[in-house]
This record gives sequence, structure tokens and C-alpha cells, in this order.
Amino acid sequence: MRSVVFVAGLGLVAAPAWADGLTVEFELPKMSVAEYHRPYVAIWISRPDNTAAATLSVLYSQKGGPEGEGETWLKDIRQWWRRAGRSMTMPADGVSGPTKPPGDHKLVYEGAGDPLKALPPGDYVLNIEAAREVGGREVVSVPFKWDGASGGVFEGKGESELGSVKVTLSP
Amino acid sequence: MTSVSKTPFKAVVLRVAAVASMALATAGVAHAHRAWMLPSTFTLSGEEQYVTVDGAVSNDLFFPNHVPMRLDNVKVTAPDGSVAAIENPSTGKFRSVFDLHLTQQGTYRLSDSGAGYFATWTENGKPQRRRGSLEDFKAAGLVGKPGVEIRQNIRRVETYVTLGAPTMKAFEPTGKGLELQPVTHPNDVYVGEAVTFKLLANGKPAQNIEVDIVRGEDRYRDEAGVIKVKTGADGSFSFTLDQAGRYWMSSSSRVSTKVEGVPMEGSLSYTGTFEALAP
Repeated sequence: MRSVVFVAGLGLVAAPAWADGLTVEFELPKMSVAEYHRPYVAIWISRPDNTAAATLSVLYSQKGGPEGEGETWLKDIRQWWRRAGRSMTMPADGVSGPTKPPGDHKLVYEGAGDPLKALPPGDYVLNIEAAREVGGREVVSVPFKWDGASGGVFEGKGESELGSVKVTLSP
Repeated sequence: MTSVSKTPFKAVVLRVAAVASMALATAGVAHAHRAWMLPSTFTLSGEEQYVTVDGAVSNDLFFPNHVPMRLDNVKVTAPDGSVAAIENPSTGKFRSVFDLHLTQQGTYRLSDSGAGYFATWTENGKPQRRRGSLEDFKAAGLVGKPGVEIRQNIRRVETYVTLGAPTMKAFEPTGKGLELQPVTHPNDVYVGEAVTFKLLANGKPAQNIEVDIVRGEDRYRDEAGVIKVKTGADGSFSFTLDQAGRYWMSSSSRVSTKVEGVPMEGSLSYTGTFEALAP
């Protein structure tokens, strides 16, 4: 997994050029609230029956700190916790990562971390769920079709805890 | 004030009577004493965690406003089937509180249960009744005495807490009283998804008994909105909830039983709390 802070106006065109695998771009909206904590975010791929096919990233505070006491709050990423998290051992290599500040973000899953390599062709959903301490929670689900070879761009949009979400397949 | 109502007087009286009896019926439900145990959190993540648990018998869910639950008979079964100790037990005016240290991954069953006996008979034409243990009754010569009916009451008040993924071992039945067997795990209940639980009465499917399910915070609505379901031949019952929240379910069953060779009626009750999450 490669993490790049997305700079508006620069990264958009460049994305497919070097992302050989799956790229997830998402926006964490800036909140004007008295008490702000960065959201915990989980990104996972599910099948049409909601079962998890792969957890790509879980962004949380892995050590007790100002953003919460790590694993204690993972269950608040409610849907991911139910579908995948509670059966996983955390932290997980290549999956666990630190929380991110408000803004645009890009996560690139390539090489050994490319989930498409192990994904049989079919219909899937890329889910991104954000849960914020003393704040809200939102899941954005982006359905995509994977035929085993073709690339594609799929988009979704959140309303509160998440902004625009863009999933790029570039096998 | 001039009445413009065209309703005949008799109809008004009848209507008032109907409203009054409805009000009485509603009051009866509203004042039912409900026993419950309520954990601070039902589903947890991490290596180890604590929950704090309230226990009370109250009129409203989940407001302690009647009497505290006694903690003498609280037993916690850990995910591996062993007994886990409770910490910091305290009993106040309206509720009891204890902490539970969750050190294993999986589901803990928190249970307050107990058995008592009740004897009724007639002596010199007067009905007699006595509460006590079977030993007391034996000592008093009541056991086996013609005309004496003995009833066994087994109550069970439970809740379930899961650290990590839900597990099943803590649900191994004891064969005593009414016991919940998950088909849907009680820590896996979601709005809009069918839930199925099974009840055992003394280890056998509790057939054809009614189960009441009530969402908490009933204090803030006029109707408790009791969901009534019945168990089938295999003891299972199903329902789908349309609101997230903390729920209370309750059932009771009468069975023929035998204790230490003494045939008697068993009166079994079960109460459980669980939470339903939005999907």
C-alpha cells in the first residue's frame, strides 16, 4: 500500500499512469466542530451478499493517543467490524495504518498488496466507512465489476463523514 | 358550553367504559416489574476490555426505579466455558452494579438464575402456602404428603457481551430452566434482518410459548410496543426489528418436571437483554 497526500489539481490525471492495481481516492471533509478527532476509516471489498472479500486498509490510532485508544474503538467502524474486522487479528500487516487529516487522500494497492490478483471475476462493492469519535459515521459503497482483465473508474459520494470516493482499477 | 354532539348518551357511556378498561389494561403492562441486566457495551474490540453492568428490577426499561437485582446468584460464563469472576459488586437502592474484565476473545454469558419451591395444600379447610427449599419441605413432611402440590420456580435473567467475534461455547445449556440458544447470535442483531433464537425448557425445546420483546426507553412513548412472538415445535422464534436500540425479551413456561424423584410443576422464566444495531 502506498499512501500519497492528494494535492488538488495535480494528482487526478497522473493516477492511472503509475497505479498498477487498485487505487482508492477519498475525501475526508473538514469539520467545523469544537472537538475534532480524525475518523477511523476502514476500506474493504465485499461480495453482493455483503460477505467480505478483502480488507484493504484500516486507519486508526494503533497506540493510545489523542485520537483514541486504538483497537478499543475499532468496533465503532460498525459495518466493517461485523463483516470482517472482528474475525481479523489487528494490527494487520499492510492493512493497519495511521489516521488521516481532513483533505483528499489516495491509497494505492499494488504489487503484493493488489487485491485484484486474488479476486475472481464478478460483481463487488468497494466500501469505505468512516467513524469519528464524538462525531458521526458513514459508509460509502461503490459497486464495481471485475472481469479479471479490464480497468475502470467507479465513483461514489458521501454526505457527512466522507466526500467523494473514486475507485480505479488498473490491472 | 353547548354540546353539538349527536352521539346518543348510551354510546358515550360505552365508549368511556371502553377507554377506561383500555387504560387499565395499559397500566397493567406499564407497571409490570421487569428484571434486567444491562452491560455498558455489548460488542467490543481489542485485546482485553472492561464492561460495567447494571442489574435491576424496574417498571421502565432501562431505568432503575423499583428494586436492585441481587448479585448473590450472578454467574458469568467465559468464552471457553469457564466461570469468570465479577469485580466491584455493589448494590444500591435501585440497582446493582458490577464490572467484568473481558480477557478472552468471544462471547460471555452473564446470568442471574436461581430455583425456589412453592408448596400449596389445604389444612382444616384452609388453603396453606409455603415458600422454601426442597430440604425445608422434606423436613416439614410436605414432600410426598397427599394433597400437597409443590412447584419449582426457576428464573433466569441474562445478557451477553462479546469481545471480538461472537462464539457459542458459553451457551452450552445447563438443562435447568428456560435457556436461550442462539440461531442468530444475540450480539449479532441488526435492524431489518430476521433474528431467530431458540428457547429450551429444562433442556428440551420450549414449544408454543409466548415471547415478549420490548425496546428500551419505553418511558418516552405512550405505547410500549411489545412485539409478541410464539415459539414453534423446535422452540425457536423469529422476529425482525425496525429500530436500533437496546431490547428486553421475556418468556415463561410451565412444564411437568421431577426434582430428586418428586414430580412437580416447573414454572420457568427467562429474561434477556440485547442490542440491535443499524446495519
